[in-house]
Amino acid sequence: MELVQVERLQELLNNFANEDVYIHLETTNGAYAAHFNESVFNAGAFIRNVIIRYELGKIAGESPHRIGLKLPHGWVYAQGITHFELDEHGRLLMAGHDQTGKLAVALQISKTPFTY
Amino acid sequence: MTLPMERHVLVVFPHPDDEAFGVSGTIATYIKQGIPVTYACLTLGEMGRNLGNPPFATRETLPQVRKDELLASAKAMGVTDLRMMGLRDKTVEFEDDEKMVEMMQNLISDTNPSLVITFYPNYAVHPDHDATGRAMIRAVRRMPEEQRPTIYALAFSNDSKEVLGEPDIVHNIKEAAEQKMGSMRAHISQTAWMLEEMDKRLADGETEAENWLNFERFYTYDFSKDFE
Ligand SMILES: [Zn+2]
Repeated sequence: MELVQVERLQELLNNFANEDVYIHLETTNGAYAAHFNESVFNAGAFIRNVIIRYELGKIAGESPHRIGLKLPHGWVYAQGITHFELDEHGRLLMAGHDQTGKLAVALQISKTPFTY
Repeated sequence: MTLPMERHVLVVFPHPDDEAFGVSGTIATYIKQGIPVTYACLTLGEMGRNLGNPPFATRETLPQVRKDELLASAKAMGVTDLRMMGLRDKTVEFEDDEKMVEMMQNLISDTNPSLVITFYPNYAVHPDHDATGRAMIRAVRRMPEEQRPTIYALAFSNDSKEVLGEPDIVHNIKEAAEQKMGSMRAHISQTAWMLEEMDKRLADGETEAENWLNFERFYTYDFSKDFE
């Protein structure tokens, strides 16, 4: 993965618009967060291989960036995106990594299903 | 330390690297003693958060990285019967409970263990850990008492010592320290920070770090104090 280049990523987001795509979206502060610090409120969410069709995909803000997908009847968004990659299978992988190298958020878009 | 003889040891954990910190020395010691060990790992740690910055892997390439690490760890410990069970990280507790018990029953009937090592439900912090221990204990509970394998359970939640007391089983694994370090190093994508920390603590002469390379601790699961 490389650091987000706004123009390049915007172009890639456009390429997946207006067709059925598989989404992976996760955000987490880790299963151990409350173990190491009991004052931490442990929260996260995860969806994988849900099919959506967005009409507009947009990158906003300075790094860490925000990505929003506008659907005919709703929205998907992720904040904290630092890195991106179009992988060898043509999937658009976006992720936010904190200073210690831990993943904090991921948003991925693919025309074919992700593995299990 | 020579550990008591066992017919077969079955180790069941949900994540590659779960064995490294708390059990790899014990596993290596059994293998040195010629006792067959089966290690069943339920997931490939697909949802691991240590991906580096700059990242060395993506969410999609991490499973292969961790699979290779698991294979390397098994090799370091001398494990030849490694089973990858194909579940997904962080979803174990959401699988059908009965399906999970069946998975454990199949592992038991396949390996006929005299000893099972897994997590202590409710005291193992990660939901996958608790779910794994829960399924295994349910499977063993359904066996006739005289046929049940002994269960060594791992607990490390902050309240575990307070509630369960000190672990009753302490293995001195000094002679397998090399294998244990091998297992730890095999899982480098997940253990790098831990190893760094440990080197620092060893350099500072902290006895706890040394402790960790010398001893592994378990609770013999007691069905008279069942978790449910
Ligand atoms: Zn684990």
